[in-house]
Amino acid sequence: MQADLAILLPEILLSAFALVALLGAVYTGKDKLASALVWVTSIVMLVLAAMIGLGDATTQVAFDGTFVNDGFARFAKVVIMVAAAVVLIMSQEYMQRRGILRFEYPILVCLASVGMMVMVSAGDLISLYMGLELQSLSLYVVASLRRDSVKSTEAGMKYFVLGALSSGLLLYGASLTYGFSGTTSFSGIIQAVQGEHLSLGVLFGLVFIVSGLAFKVSAVPFHMWTPDVYEGSPTPVTAFFATAPKMAAMGLFARVMHDAFGGAVGDWQQVIAFLAVLSMFLGSIAAIGQSNIKRLMAYSSIAHMGYALMGLASGTALGVESMLVYMAIYVTMNVGTFAFILSMERNGQPVTDILSLSSLSKYAPGRAFALLVLMFSLAGVPPMLGFFGKLYVLRAAYEGGLAWLAVAGVVASVIGAFYYIRIVYYMYFGEETEELDTPRNPVLSGLLVASAVIMIAAVVLNLFGIDGAAASAAASLVN
Amino acid sequence: MIGLEHYLVVAATLFVIGIFGLFLNRKNVIILLMSIELMLLAVNINMVAFSSHLGDLVGQVFTLFILTVAAAEAAIGLAILVCFFRNRGTIAVEDVNVMKG
Repeated sequence: MQADLAILLPEILLSAFALVALLGAVYTGKDKLASALVWVTSIVMLVLAAMIGLGDATTQVAFDGTFVNDGFARFAKVVIMVAAAVVLIMSQEYMQRRGILRFEYPILVCLASVGMMVMVSAGDLISLYMGLELQSLSLYVVASLRRDSVKSTEAGMKYFVLGALSSGLLLYGASLTYGFSGTTSFSGIIQAVQGEHLSLGVLFGLVFIVSGLAFKVSAVPFHMWTPDVYEGSPTPVTAFFATAPKMAAMGLFARVMHDAFGGAVGDWQQVIAFLAVLSMFLGSIAAIGQSNIKRLMAYSSIAHMGYALMGLASGTALGVESMLVYMAIYVTMNVGTFAFILSMERNGQPVTDILSLSSLSKYAPGRAFALLVLMFSLAGVPPMLGFFGKLYVLRAAYEGGLAWLAVAGVVASVIGAFYYIRIVYYMYFGEETEELDTPRNPVLSGLLVASAVIMIAAVVLNLFGIDGAAASAAASLVN
Repeated sequence: MIGLEHYLVVAATLFVIGIFGLFLNRKNVIILLMSIELMLLAVNINMVAFSSHLGDLVGQVFTLFILTVAAAEAAIGLAILVCFFRNRGTIAVEDVNVMKG
């Protein structure tokens, strides 16, 4: 018991912090404390990330296998914690200035992060469901954080209805899997599904679980909530949606597929390859017509999830490794891009129209160049980091025997490059329009520059060794 | 004799009714919430039926977790619905359309 609780220490600390912060804020200053609380929360998360990353590197199992803390979970948790902390730091000044910074915001982000940590550590269908719901319920509320705005509440409502539908599908799959394999623990399910053919019941369960998870990673054909939720939510919340929950959902996807259905790779490989192809193409093609940069980023994230799923579809340890590297790079690129979007303002009002970026390079060459680097990286243009992320997943798909998928990925990435480069075109060759404000918040400019520098420096510095960490993480998941 | 199959058929029927309720309903958001609840309860029937069939209590424990989460989910759904109604003055599904998509 004591040993089990010690394994869960980071989760326990973070949830205890959230509860203490909630009580403390309610009984004292309420929203006056919100700014301080945001900073304290992000420091707590960074400390926990360091604690998880530098801690014991063995595989530990708690509560009879319901909670697994292995290298894979630790890699995902560090990415989740750092992404959540950085997004909180980005949000503080933006939300404060618009009067939407409530003390509930950092607390809900905290609780969502606890849910994500449980998701990537789940070793049982029950802990999977509880983690997923803790994350989703917190995210429904943050999506409608701006409760006096029609758009924000509508985003929250759409997210709620479709999220609840996806949880229902996942649960139905879980119930069939439980019924036909006789157990809810992943280690029991993997023993029950060994062999040539899955029983029809388990196969149905697998399909429902995959559909439920595909909703959470916003893979086509379960993506329809993404553009509306990204557009309607307050921008800092959109930045959060685009980073940490995506990593958690991909981590959970890999965990379920390998830990519970690892003996039936042939059965889920084709399904995931199909999801990956559709996501890459739809994300790349539908983004072309978008004029709102938040909607564009939504389609961009759908396409990127397609690439990450391509790594997963290969069904090998290399595939999981490439997926982890891809997600880490994706999160870094998105942090930088959203730091830029958060600083897009004209006369103090936020703007999200792509045309407002016209001729940005004439009056703000530094910001324009940083965004150029990020856009090239998102598109996968060679010298930037994003190219190496794509190279990794393409190699994994090719070596996993899915050459057609790798070819489709290259074609989709060429199509997708169009809309990223169109933004660069507007910035450098667009017609003169009214200028955007000079950003007032040094935090956002700093993150934008840092992210752009990483896009180039990481290539020279061998990805900061992140591929080695991802390789050992993948090895702990796929044996 | 009522066996496992009968329970599974009832659960599957309720689940499908729930999904159709979500997609075909054009009138009222409350009906969406009811459909979601129907889906979760169909899963519960499945769980309890399997649990009794397998002679394994885990399924019933899972059911209790699902019931608790479903209650929390309904509370959050209604809260968001109230906020939406205050802003928009309607809860008709076809009016949830400020953003295309």
